[in-house]
Amino acid sequence: MSEIFNISRRTFLKTGALVGGGLILGIHLDLAGAEEGAGPGQEPLAPNAFVRIAPDNTVTIVVNHSEMGQGVYTSLPMLINEELEADWGSIKVESAPVDPVYNHTAFGMQMTGGSTSVWSEYDRLRKVGAAAREMLVSAAAAAWKVDRKNCRAGKGKVVHSSGKSFTYGQLAEKAAALPVPEKVKLKDASSFKLIGKPTRRLDSAEKVNGAARFGLDVSLPGMLVAVVARPPVFGGEVKSVDAGKAKTVPGVKDVVQVPSGVAVLASDFWQAKAGRDALNIEWDEGPNAGLSTAGMKEQYAQMSKTPGKVAKKSGDVETGFASAAKTISAEYSVPYLAHATMEPLNCTVDLRPDSCEIWVGTQFQTVDRNAAARIAGLKPEQVKIHTMFLGGGFGRRANPASDFVSEGVHVAKAAKAPVKVIWTREDDTKGGYYRPMWFDSISAGIDKSGSPVAWKHTIVGQSIVAGTPFEKVLMKDGVDKTSVEGAADLPYAIPNLLVDLHSPSIGVPVLWWRSVGHSHTAFVVESFLDELAHAAGKDPFEFRKRLLTMHPRHLGVLTLAAEKAGWGNPLPKGRGRGIAVHESFGSYVAEVAEVSVSPKGELRVHKVTCAVDCGRFVNPKTITAQMESGIVFGLSAALHGAITIKNGRVEQSNFDDYPILRLNEMPNVEVHIVKSKEKPGGIGEPGVPPVAPAVANALFSAAGIRLRELPMRPETVLQAIKKG
Amino acid sequence: MISLEINGKKHSVDVSPDVPLLWVIREHLRLTGTKFGCGIGMCGSCTVHVDGKAERSCQTAVGEVQGKKITTIEAVGTTPAGSAVQKAWVAEDVPQCGYCQSGQIMTAAALLGRNPKPTDTEIDAGLSGNLCRCGTYQRIRRAVHQASKMMGQGGKP
Repeated sequence: MSEIFNISRRTFLKTGALVGGGLILGIHLDLAGAEEGAGPGQEPLAPNAFVRIAPDNTVTIVVNHSEMGQGVYTSLPMLINEELEADWGSIKVESAPVDPVYNHTAFGMQMTGGSTSVWSEYDRLRKVGAAAREMLVSAAAAAWKVDRKNCRAGKGKVVHSSGKSFTYGQLAEKAAALPVPEKVKLKDASSFKLIGKPTRRLDSAEKVNGAARFGLDVSLPGMLVAVVARPPVFGGEVKSVDAGKAKTVPGVKDVVQVPSGVAVLASDFWQAKAGRDALNIEWDEGPNAGLSTAGMKEQYAQMSKTPGKVAKKSGDVETGFASAAKTISAEYSVPYLAHATMEPLNCTVDLRPDSCEIWVGTQFQTVDRNAAARIAGLKPEQVKIHTMFLGGGFGRRANPASDFVSEGVHVAKAAKAPVKVIWTREDDTKGGYYRPMWFDSISAGIDKSGSPVAWKHTIVGQSIVAGTPFEKVLMKDGVDKTSVEGAADLPYAIPNLLVDLHSPSIGVPVLWWRSVGHSHTAFVVESFLDELAHAAGKDPFEFRKRLLTMHPRHLGVLTLAAEKAGWGNPLPKGRGRGIAVHESFGSYVAEVAEVSVSPKGELRVHKVTCAVDCGRFVNPKTITAQMESGIVFGLSAALHGAITIKNGRVEQSNFDDYPILRLNEMPNVEVHIVKSKEKPGGIGEPGVPPVAPAVANALFSAAGIRLRELPMRPETVLQAIKKG
Repeated sequence: MISLEINGKKHSVDVSPDVPLLWVIREHLRLTGTKFGCGIGMCGSCTVHVDGKAERSCQTAVGEVQGKKITTIEAVGTTPAGSAVQKAWVAEDVPQCGYCQSGQIMTAAALLGRNPKPTDTEIDAGLSGNLCRCGTYQRIRRAVHQASKMMGQGGKP
């Protein structure tokens, strides 16, 4: 997803916001049923689809991106209202239905992901706001029979030079009937009143009193609750099922077989779960019954010793290594990771002969709608999706396979009643679609002066896009761009470089996980670069600085983070600092971590100082929140997270064995935002990649041990200390 | 029949006494502000007050709380601590996805109810049972302090 972003972003930079490229058209055409409406970049300006003004002056903004905590229900209304000039306090937000008018401006489908919401709407929504404002002014001028030049809009009113005024509410009906202006003039950044100003979230009030409605909160008349027994091994199937006992559980209404397993339908969740516990299923475990991550790691290590598909080649690594005074080699590995959204997966479906209504927290409306239509035997336009608040997304709710939505429709089809499918936490943790497990073999040569002269990096891990409609655009010459992002585009000035890739086919479903490939490559690249600095006897910050002279934005955040963190200042005994810098999703982030280790091997992260350059920004409060959020997400993975598989079975099940960071482990996080006039970049994901390497580098500084494997659990730390 | 007093209202529910309070609150009484996160008492999303004490409703059998006063997120704003916490949460812009926040607020309100001026360490100890995947922890710490201050000023921000 990130690479879709990067490519389209280049187009964005080159041609302006609303023009898409052939690449995006490729995605557009690959999704059956998605090719309706105008092509990407040719969205008609449809203010009426995005803005609704009621006679009581309430302004409803219809938001076409899913709110999953990243703040789009505030930042996107800010874009519209910068131009619309309604009273900010009168704004209400509503989620958009599925319709081509709400398609992502770059991807030609309705979706939220890749840290793209703000930049992809930056121009369109301001134009929408401006068009709506112009229509309101025209309506007022017509009512007064005056020249519209003497009318001004502001704070929810149109005011005439004579002093008379109409509220937007008074004008709305007339304005909505007017033709949409073909061209609108947008404000200069210097006169922005909202954009760039710290603005509180619009959805806080309903999120502190229990009123906010998530997918799991939906209830329909006559609705049944379903819990599904899924195979214990990925790719397994039901061989036989004895539902006799389950059907005697009080409240259980039915037991039905669906492609993903066996669904137990009951009046409520507890009964459905009790019914599932009483099922007797014989599984055909299929080809993955012997799978183990321990075995896979050995295979990956072997593969990493052989040449893979070339992702990036510059200069000649052989010559480079031959000229080196010193060569350093290392192996790195990171595990599968679950998204572990706080709201477990769920989907509510009301399927009728000629319609299908779905209530769900999803990031992939168009894909899910089309999948639902295929299963229901309906036309896509007969399927209606109500996008609820998402209790976290992180990529899990953007599945090309539409797993949890497809299953919901299958269950509703078999049940012949409205159904809510609820996943337990255990179902969610074991349900697959993980961040892939990776193994990296990496070497570099440094010359006598300590400068790197050769870099060879072999990456082994599953492709996320293989076998999906995204393959055509993200897979080039056998290289999945999302597997090598952050590694193949190394910013450091190293004359001889080779990055290659093995993408083994493994039966574990994988998916984008907040920051996608960068979640792994930043750890490897930024840790190894630290190793090089120490091998060259240089300060890791100074070492990076010298290699980044051609990359001012990397350099800018690196220097800012170091300065704010007091890089080089003495620390209490036992503490160490580590630094890392990484670009992803069009934004540049550097982080300095300060850590210590307890005698039990527990890593304590005391402080993270973060500097971010995301270009022009809309809501600095959101930037800070998302940096903090990314750091916590990255720390959960760096310190705790691992999904492992043994005998084909996922070994983790809940927050006891798949822990995430808790409040008592939360470091003091300081975020510094670079003032920039560059085009806006992403903010949801770029905070994640630098934190794991910053912590690993800090650990080296604090305790002299180099961890090349995540997570950095106490037992791993102790083992490394023992080894010296 | 199970008799429950929730948010000052009496309810009769036809469920088995061993059903977790969480699912009765959510599905039978349709008070959906209380969230299901893990079902094993590890995440705190389902926190409610039972006689003023924060309890995991996913680990509380509904039969055990008959005759006790139960408060959920929907009514915690009627208590001085709950009201201060909600105001502070908005002022500090705490929520992101918001899913865990009902539980965070219920736990914070119970903490302030018994300890109106908690230290950082006491806040960490009191709220570390509540997970937040969005990582709003830093603002949670700030908001608890702010709520504590508000309570000291008679609930005013």
